[in-house]
Amino acid sequence: MTTPATAPELAEPGTAARAGGARYVLGKVGGAVVSLFVVVVLGFFLFRVLPGDPIRLMSRNTSVGTKQVAELRHQFGLDKPLPAQFADYVVALAHGDLGVSLKFSRPVSDLILQALWPTLLLVGVATLISILLGLWQGTRAGWRRGTGFDRFSTGTALALWSAPTFWLGMIFLVVLGSWFPTQGIVDPDTPAGFLPQFLDVLHHLTLPCLTLVAVLYAQYLLVMRSSVVEEMDADYLTTARAKGLRDDVVRSRHAVPNALLPTVTLIFINLGFVVGGAVSVEAVYSWPGLGLLLYQSIADHDGPLLQGLLLVLAGAVLVMNLIGDLLLRVIDPRVRAA
Amino acid sequence: MTSAIVWRRRRAAAGRLWDQFRSQRGGLFGLVILAVIVLLALLAPVITDPSGLDVTHATGGALKPPGDGFLLGTDETGRSVLLLLLWGSRVSLLVGFAATLLCVGIGTIVGIVMAHFGGWVQAVLMRVTDFFLVLPSLVLAAVLSTVLTPGIGSIIIAIAATAWPTTARLVRSQTLAVESRPYIERSWALGAGHWHVIGKHVLPAVLPLVFANTTLTVGQSIITESTLAFLGLGDPNSASWGEMLHNALQVGAVTARAWWYLLPPGLAIGVVVLAFMMCGRALEAVLNPRLRER
Repeated sequence: MTTPATAPELAEPGTAARAGGARYVLGKVGGAVVSLFVVVVLGFFLFRVLPGDPIRLMSRNTSVGTKQVAELRHQFGLDKPLPAQFADYVVALAHGDLGVSLKFSRPVSDLILQALWPTLLLVGVATLISILLGLWQGTRAGWRRGTGFDRFSTGTALALWSAPTFWLGMIFLVVLGSWFPTQGIVDPDTPAGFLPQFLDVLHHLTLPCLTLVAVLYAQYLLVMRSSVVEEMDADYLTTARAKGLRDDVVRSRHAVPNALLPTVTLIFINLGFVVGGAVSVEAVYSWPGLGLLLYQSIADHDGPLLQGLLLVLAGAVLVMNLIGDLLLRVIDPRVRAA
Repeated sequence: MTSAIVWRRRRAAAGRLWDQFRSQRGGLFGLVILAVIVLLALLAPVITDPSGLDVTHATGGALKPPGDGFLLGTDETGRSVLLLLLWGSRVSLLVGFAATLLCVGIGTIVGIVMAHFGGWVQAVLMRVTDFFLVLPSLVLAAVLSTVLTPGIGSIIIAIAATAWPTTARLVRSQTLAVESRPYIERSWALGAGHWHVIGKHVLPAVLPLVFANTTLTVGQSIITESTLAFLGLGDPNSASWGEMLHNALQVGAVTARAWWYLLPPGLAIGVVVLAFMMCGRALEAVLNPRLRER
């Protein structure tokens, strides 16, 4: 996934480095802006140029007369030439207008904003737990490579990673469904007030979160493990041991901080994968987030909603990656030098 | 004939590779499992009667647990789950292999072109690759299969179109490593053209590692296919393992606790993915000298 870094050279502190820094930041921001624009273009053309005509797409399961089709085409501005359509689309987008959902007859942007928080909650909690679990097990497995713990934890993680996310969710539902709510985010008859509401959401969150963690943590474990293994033979660890430091201290103070760097990159590169996992999990548990919305928009052939979701999800991942790139430069001096 | 010598040398190298691969227990185990599954998939029309797949010819009761001549129970229409599983393997494996082939084709071409020509070609292609690398591939694949005409071909295209960047980056870094070697410079000096350098030197050196990477892609493609089917984007006429799970969920196998209907397709996907991964890791250990020394 990541190409091995070329020989790192340490940065010379001074004005040259600072100028390089500005160029680096500008380059990354510029790249992200171009990528965002490409997403916008992609979102536009995918729904208009490819064989599946939007009107045909939304009327796939119903019989629509030619007159109605013509009316619909006019209503959605599809009878105009493509460049004019694109201009309309970009202007509307700049005003935060993503069109109106065919199924819900509500603005797409409202639907997305409404579904944003459940997804952030689910993905945030699951990612945090996966990272902590993956890093902890990965560090231990790598430090004691070849032991029973290493084989067991790596094997379990790989087995869970190999299973389709939605299937794992279905199995959890069958096995644990009697103890946990099987769908939604909160029961309608839960009393108002912070604590009962909070506990009920937590209760509903357990199974979706468990499923997402099971699929996600393997990647962090594997990268942390191989990263720790890379560091094992490093001279500075021999020095640390020669100073008479305890094994635990050598690991946690010396090896882990260096081994963490590749993982930080991974956290951000993997966000696309996390989004994919969230879509499956939300669809299985009817968690009212962006993933469930995507699932519904596919089932209902809701073109505008699907297009809006593609834009928002891809845009969010691109922005997070930009943040990751900039963050990595702050914490890793070797990137600053390159 | 120089080419005869070259071929003999390559055959010898392949033989050495096989010997090293055989010494990797995990890889050999994965390969045996894969061979069995592929064989079963290929022989499905011979060892079973496809008429049992027809809903109108189904003989069993609806959603019956294992027993009564049905080793893995029946689905909602009374068809044998074992039979569906066997025939589903054909579709799942076909999609996995075809999508991988397409994905590796795109990735290899883009990767070699990037590294070989460099300059602005590389700058532009690298941007495109990075762009597709970070995009949420499942969302993009789902959108692609929605707008394309439904069918297996569209699913294969959707998977390949979102999975190629990893291969492209791998091929690029390998090509760069190969092209910095002196024998490439010697080849240029002797008057070799782009075709010669790429075809005779870069490709043979890069392809083995691409092959090792590919094994992982097949597993991933099978998982993506099953997820697309679960989202309702599968081809109802060719029931893959994912399509089976989709149907199971639709008819309420979860609330009925029909484990015999839910477990087999998912386990089959997991076993195939794990087996491919074991093969891939063993191949990588054989091909990457840095890993071998450890």
